[in-house]
Amino acid sequence: MAIRSFFVPFLLFALCFYSSLTPVLSLYEDQVGLMDWHQQYIGKVKQAVFSTQKTGRRRVIVSTEENVIASLDLRHGEIFWRHLLGSDDVIDGIDIGLGKYVITLSSGGSVLRSWNIPDGQMVWESFLQGPKHSKSLLLVPTNLKIEKDNVIVVFSNGRLHAVSCIDGEVLWNKDFEAESFEAQQVIQPPGSDLIYVIGFAASSQFEMYQINARNGELLKHERATFSSGFLREVSLVSSETVVALDSTGSILLTISFQNGEISFQQTPISNLVEDPSGPAAILPSSVPGIFAIKTNAFTIFIRVIGEGKLEVVEKTNHETTVSNALPISEGQQAFALVQHAGSEIHLAVKISHDWDGNLLKESIKMDQQRGLVHKVFINNYIRTDKSHGFRVLIVMEDHSLLLLQQGAIVWSREDGLASIIDVTASGLPVERDGVSVAKVEHNLFEWLKGHMLKLKGTLMLASPQDVAAIQSMRLKSSEKSKMTRDHNGFRKLLVVLTRAGKLFALHTGDGRIVWSHFLQSLHKSGTCQSPIGLNLYQWQVPHHHAMDENPSVLVISRCGPCSDAPAVLSFVDTYTGKELNSLSLVHGVVQVIPLPYTDSTEQRLHLLIDSDKHAHLYPTTSEALRIFKREFSNIYWYSVEDHNGIIKGHALKCKCTGEVADEFCFDTRDLWSVVFPSESEKIIATVTRKLNEVVHTQAKVVADQDVMYKYISRNLLFVATVAPKGSGEIGSVTPEESWLVAYLIDTVTGRILHRVTHHGAQGPVHAVFSENWVVYHYFNLRAHRYEMSVIEIYDQSRADNKDVWKLVLGKHNLTSPISLFSRPEVITKSQSYFFTHSVKAIAVTSTAKGITSKQLLIGTIGDQVLALDKRFLDPRRSVNPTQAEKEEGIIPLTDSLPIIPQSYVTHALRVEGLRGIVTVPAKLESTTLVFAHGVDLFFTQLAPSKTYDSLTEDFSYALLLLTIVALVAAIFVTWRLSERKELQDKWR
Amino acid sequence: MEKGKGVMGSCRRWAVDFSDNSTAPSSRDIPDPPGFTRASVDQDDSAVSRQKKDAESNWKAQKAWEVAQSPFKNLLMMGFMMWMAGSTVHLFSIGITFSALWQPISALQGVGKVFEPYKDNKVDLLGPKLLFIALNLGGLALGVWKLNTLGLLPTHASDWVSSLPPAQEVEYSGGGVPL
Repeated sequence: MAIRSFFVPFLLFALCFYSSLTPVLSLYEDQVGLMDWHQQYIGKVKQAVFSTQKTGRRRVIVSTEENVIASLDLRHGEIFWRHLLGSDDVIDGIDIGLGKYVITLSSGGSVLRSWNIPDGQMVWESFLQGPKHSKSLLLVPTNLKIEKDNVIVVFSNGRLHAVSCIDGEVLWNKDFEAESFEAQQVIQPPGSDLIYVIGFAASSQFEMYQINARNGELLKHERATFSSGFLREVSLVSSETVVALDSTGSILLTISFQNGEISFQQTPISNLVEDPSGPAAILPSSVPGIFAIKTNAFTIFIRVIGEGKLEVVEKTNHETTVSNALPISEGQQAFALVQHAGSEIHLAVKISHDWDGNLLKESIKMDQQRGLVHKVFINNYIRTDKSHGFRVLIVMEDHSLLLLQQGAIVWSREDGLASIIDVTASGLPVERDGVSVAKVEHNLFEWLKGHMLKLKGTLMLASPQDVAAIQSMRLKSSEKSKMTRDHNGFRKLLVVLTRAGKLFALHTGDGRIVWSHFLQSLHKSGTCQSPIGLNLYQWQVPHHHAMDENPSVLVISRCGPCSDAPAVLSFVDTYTGKELNSLSLVHGVVQVIPLPYTDSTEQRLHLLIDSDKHAHLYPTTSEALRIFKREFSNIYWYSVEDHNGIIKGHALKCKCTGEVADEFCFDTRDLWSVVFPSESEKIIATVTRKLNEVVHTQAKVVADQDVMYKYISRNLLFVATVAPKGSGEIGSVTPEESWLVAYLIDTVTGRILHRVTHHGAQGPVHAVFSENWVVYHYFNLRAHRYEMSVIEIYDQSRADNKDVWKLVLGKHNLTSPISLFSRPEVITKSQSYFFTHSVKAIAVTSTAKGITSKQLLIGTIGDQVLALDKRFLDPRRSVNPTQAEKEEGIIPLTDSLPIIPQSYVTHALRVEGLRGIVTVPAKLESTTLVFAHGVDLFFTQLAPSKTYDSLTEDFSYALLLLTIVALVAAIFVTWRLSERKELQDKWR
Repeated sequence: MEKGKGVMGSCRRWAVDFSDNSTAPSSRDIPDPPGFTRASVDQDDSAVSRQKKDAESNWKAQKAWEVAQSPFKNLLMMGFMMWMAGSTVHLFSIGITFSALWQPISALQGVGKVFEPYKDNKVDLLGPKLLFIALNLGGLALGVWKLNTLGLLPTHASDWVSSLPPAQEVEYSGGGVPL
């Protein structure tokens, strides 16, 4: 027995769950959706096309930056179907062919696919090769036919292809051999059999190819040189005219190639507007006759009036976005214009040749938290009075997608949640008068009715209607979505930071968005041109004495991609979503180290390391400084320089010696460094324990009542290196050329505690570190299979603490603080197992006290989350375990890890594009909360050792009550009977 | 033990006292059998009573020893049961072990009561009592031994360290790959 205790009930329960070898995760069908929720997203829309089919439901087909193509219901914004393409298969363009197929061009223009619109089935796929890499352009002409075949024209990889719309067969292709030719536009003037390919060669040459659309024959090739060169962007203003900018961005060039003759018209921007203020850029648009340029201060709309004459039609300093052009009738094209004005947006739909007249002008109140309009797509419908109505799909700065129609937002999708970069959890307020937000009044009668229904279900007396009522009652339980803290700690807020820089708080009960906040510091502004949100930290977690404070999170962001760009700290209250404070720092940030110390208001001390290796302490209060000074000599930090294979350890030295006196800034000095030989090793993975992980005990009781002491240290770093040759794709090297080395490094002293080499192994490595063990996943080239290895590390110097009397009397030093500079004697145990799947992410369950056994959560390549007991990855597994080992729960050795279908945490669902798995302990020791995010979100509760500390959710209290009542009645009756009998006996 | 109780039990329906030597037949429900004369029993009263007392105390001492030895049989039976129960922890073995512990303890608590009926100033109960206690202690030891073989006694280091929290580390280090 693993647990030698004289506490028998505990032992009995232990017996119950150790005796069953198979994991106990499986879910009944009617339990789906009780604890878990799943949300589907698509990501920021790149391109949208409206399906104009007359029959069937109206839909819009979108391609997104998360590499999704999806068909959305225009009425409600729901997803009809969705495909997530691989990360190496980026979508370049989509269009609709023949009215019933979606054509997608992806993978840098080398894969062309056709999908059936109603159900999303792929119809055909063709691979387009070409001589060189180039921009890829997709053109689906409406009425170009070659022998009754509708044709798709694709320019990709330096070759022009004409592909049949029916079966994807390549009808002809034409190479563009010229070395430096870069195609910018492929134009097919409607009603003609000509295709124009225009582009630039070298830096100052404009080229035009005229091609016969029927057979790909080159009809004409013209070139013209413009001495001061071009900016690469062009705007098409008619089928035979484009507008470009010269390389300085100050002269507009109207290039017309009518009848194959190229002619330039130069117009300096300063001729059009008085104060151009800096170089301009062309906004991509396709509205005939009109184009837009953007300077630092203005957006200028310019009309082309024949013969290259330009005329400014509007100059605005509001943020403006233009939609695509939409043909509404013969020769008329409409487009939409969205402008910001305060808290409203103005939507105008105009006809291309009539700027001043508006087909539609609407003002819509827009939530400030959505930022600016990034993209606009327009679609029309015919009203009952035969006039045109317009609906507009807009993509906002926070990646949300909204449909506007008749001056109102018809639906909105929060697609920013498809690109989460960091997650943290926060508690909910304690229930007090006036705090509770959700309405949870249910009277006693309702309660009793519910339990009577449940009882009927238990006793199998329920009718089908009753069963349905029970199920809906369970799913809609108002308990789980309340806005207050619960006793078990199941209700929490998941605070997530998205790539767009927006913070969302999701309720763990039902996944709804409680609040969202677009950080002010992540808005584009004059001082900060391209802000990037980096990470999320728990700043203040009030408990005990600071109960009245609201918890807050720290968002670290940076102005620009390079590491010395100034950082911005934002503090956000997690109850309300209000930004409490925002600090624009003068220094950059390369590392954020949350320290294990908090001040009197439970604010955690954080150390920010800038690119000059100065350490900055936050919060900047004297109290924090005092706490920090006290622990000054015990704080170290390390940096992993993976590009040159060095791990360095640093210590704090003294106050900064800069010109400005800053008492919160500290100089650091190098302590140690581990240099990996660059010719044989390359760092590919590093992993440490989670800072907030709780470990219950340092001892591990093994068979025959022996004790092993775990080496538990917060300062252990797992590093995996591979041979530089083997850092590419799996299978690109022979087993002899590839190896993987795993290290365990003490990050205070730089001591390498353990090192193991796996010959013939290759990355990518996914690893997870918990307590005293690390599990990592890699590919074994010799066995052609994936493998998972485990290393457990034990402290040998404590192993001789065997005297029971000393332990009983507490005369041991097992719990006294230790210094890492005293040399530890460690031993490691390790074992490797085959594993079938390749892995996207690994995490481990974490519980409040760390008593419950652990499960690994493996994000598989099929975008599911698999729970695997840590016991399967026990290095002490042997082929024939002894009786004592069996009792301890050691499973006989097998060469591969079992995948039990019932232990998929995500059951039948898929978390498309799975990127990360986060576990948060609940207050109830047995339970852990699991949040998996990718393009989709999935949340559930897990109990790795069953819920041994609580009754199950479907426990029938009514049955219990009934049993008690029956027992009491029986006792009463038998007592009366025995009384009577005794009396009779006495009378006899 | 049961035998002693049966004889000396206080609540009985009827009894024939053969040592009754009262001369008045009227005091009895049952008439004397024919040919039986009470006069023949009339002897020296004091001698008879002394003799009788001697016999009684002898008998009491004998009974006391018997009672004192009775746990021995229990011990054997317990041993057999324990052997049957095996050394793995389950409901049966735990039940057996706890009854093996409980019986001697309850018997030891009632030592005085058990030997009450044999209390006599002529009978020396110390010997039987000691034997009784010793045998019960033996039973108790057997139970404890069984408890130990089941692994339920905290006699190993593992029982005392299994919930020791990890030692605090003095130093702290953080960092990692640059953001």
